[in-house]
Amino acid sequence: MGKTAIVISELRKDFGEVTAIEHLDLEVAEGELFGLLGPNGAGKSTTINILCGLLEPTRGTVKVEGHDVKKESGEIKGLIGVCPQEMGVFPYLTGRENVEFFGNMSAVPKKELRERVERLLEKMSLTEDADRRVKTYSGGMKRRISLVMALVNNPKIAFLDEPTTGMDPQSRRAVWEFLKGFSGNGRTIILTTHYMEEAEYLCDRVGIIDHGRLIALGKPSDLMQEHGVSNLEEVFLKLTGRRIREAA
Amino acid sequence: MNRQRVLAIVGKDLKKIIREPAMLFLIVLFPLMLTLVFGISMGGVGGDTTQTYILGVVDHGTSSSGLCSSHFIENLTANPMLSVQSYADDKSAEEALAQGKMAALVTIPYNFDDSCSSFQAHPSNQSLWVWATLNVSVDKGSMVATQAIPPLIQQTLVTTLAGQQSTMSIPVNLGTASLVQAEKRSAFFYMVPGVFAYGTIFIIMTVGQSFTVEREEGLLRRMNTTPLTSSEFMTAQVLSNMVMAVIQVVVVFATAFAIGYQPETDAIGIAMAFLIVAVFSLCCVGLGLITATMAKSAGAATGLAFVFIMPMMFFGTFVSAAASNSISTEIGRFMPSQYVTDALTSLFSRGASVSSPSVVLDLAVVFVCSVIVLIAGMILFRKFGNR
Repeated sequence: MGKTAIVISELRKDFGEVTAIEHLDLEVAEGELFGLLGPNGAGKSTTINILCGLLEPTRGTVKVEGHDVKKESGEIKGLIGVCPQEMGVFPYLTGRENVEFFGNMSAVPKKELRERVERLLEKMSLTEDADRRVKTYSGGMKRRISLVMALVNNPKIAFLDEPTTGMDPQSRRAVWEFLKGFSGNGRTIILTTHYMEEAEYLCDRVGIIDHGRLIALGKPSDLMQEHGVSNLEEVFLKLTGRRIREAA
Repeated sequence: MNRQRVLAIVGKDLKKIIREPAMLFLIVLFPLMLTLVFGISMGGVGGDTTQTYILGVVDHGTSSSGLCSSHFIENLTANPMLSVQSYADDKSAEEALAQGKMAALVTIPYNFDDSCSSFQAHPSNQSLWVWATLNVSVDKGSMVATQAIPPLIQQTLVTTLAGQQSTMSIPVNLGTASLVQAEKRSAFFYMVPGVFAYGTIFIIMTVGQSFTVEREEGLLRRMNTTPLTSSEFMTAQVLSNMVMAVIQVVVVFATAFAIGYQPETDAIGIAMAFLIVAVFSLCCVGLGLITATMAKSAGAATGLAFVFIMPMMFFGTFVSAAASNSISTEIGRFMPSQYVTDALTSLFSRGASVSSPSVVLDLAVVFVCSVIVLIAGMILFRKFGNR
């Protein structure tokens, strides 16, 4: 592994009596497209929220690009882009205005922002609809604009929490191709999903989480080979005795 | 403080006012309609500037000539603010008054002409006057009638008896008459200052709703993942809501002006009014933040906002000005809106200068209250509301 972008050590997160994450150790290299897999409630979004500085860990240390999330969340926020699980779009703004707004939040210079917005909208096939208000968009379009909003600041690390949920197969495939092109060049993507085929296609490595614990970690092909199965869904089945959708 | 971020949030919030029908209504159309409806219903619009009151008259004058009472009735009729209707007896006149068919009833006593004659014969010898009492019953349901009509009758009475001579004493008494000259102003004139405060307090609801909706939709969390700082976010909120308050003042002022309202102040006084309302909007933002902190949903925020809106409305705006009593006046001392209304009343109705002690003191109270409430709202929302 080259230079590390993320280091998680002995992470634990409690919500009152409930433990959402326990004994999580993980390192993600710079430029890696890393998938965090697991059913709903496994702890994927909690992990992402801690990495983004939205939640504080109960125990353990988490470093993003060398910055401690407890002490240097301000520095971290300047390096990341986040596509949350909920839409997180302003319905009364147009698609373009939403993207520009988040570019402004990261203080992207105006000229550069305009060029970047155009380029990203075009790549996500949203140029024609960019000047319509987002409340008139379909669910899939809202997902795509939300993804563009997360990437408009050209982040070093992008956290994408189930970015293709609710998309039609064609849009999902388009997003996959876009993400393949976006990653690399030192840019790291942390992706959560419960679509196993998405993880198999996109991710350099995956970590499978269940009940707040990391139960498997490695390249998709290595994990499938190790467990003698043909896809990641069956890896999860072998490890937990449940299918990922059933677990959700 | 990054200006690009602050301006982006202000721009976003202003677009929201224009594009969201509910916001547009609360911020722009509501104060416009309020001013227009009050202007019409309170006599700020509709023909000439003179208010006309129906005055019933029952003449019990018993002297042979009856000239003086006739002359008095003629003088009442000549007053453009009065429309005189004669009644044959007390009973029918009192019934008409009870049914609101007239603003006031004047009963001329049997010895009115004798009294009048005695005054004209011995204007400076009170010992030879025949004293009489002119009964005036006023429609108690009309605030304007109770205040405006007795002085008008008193004025007419003096003119009838003494002509153009200035005299302080005549032999005819008028129970509650005041010697203050009745001015040709509608009730709307007195209520406009309170309308400014009334419109602005609804910022509490818009801020409460707006923050709750953005929290529900994950927008606040999403903004929290960007380099935006709390101070930038709050500065932007304060700025955008101050702009909203100024828009409201412009709407209320333009509407009131269009229907004939003329404040007794100049451009500096109007600028001072803008400043006072803008400062008051900070208080409303603070209360809106407290509302958003307590409310779990946008619907709950609407209801909770009224916990703050209602007292300020009833004890500190035109509502309290229309129906004040000693208790409401005391409670009003604790309402920032009361000081806004009072300052604007001093400027617009009393013609006070911007540097007059009452205006400066009101502004100081509004400023201190607003800063305290805003800081409290920011701390509470940051600690408990932005989850």
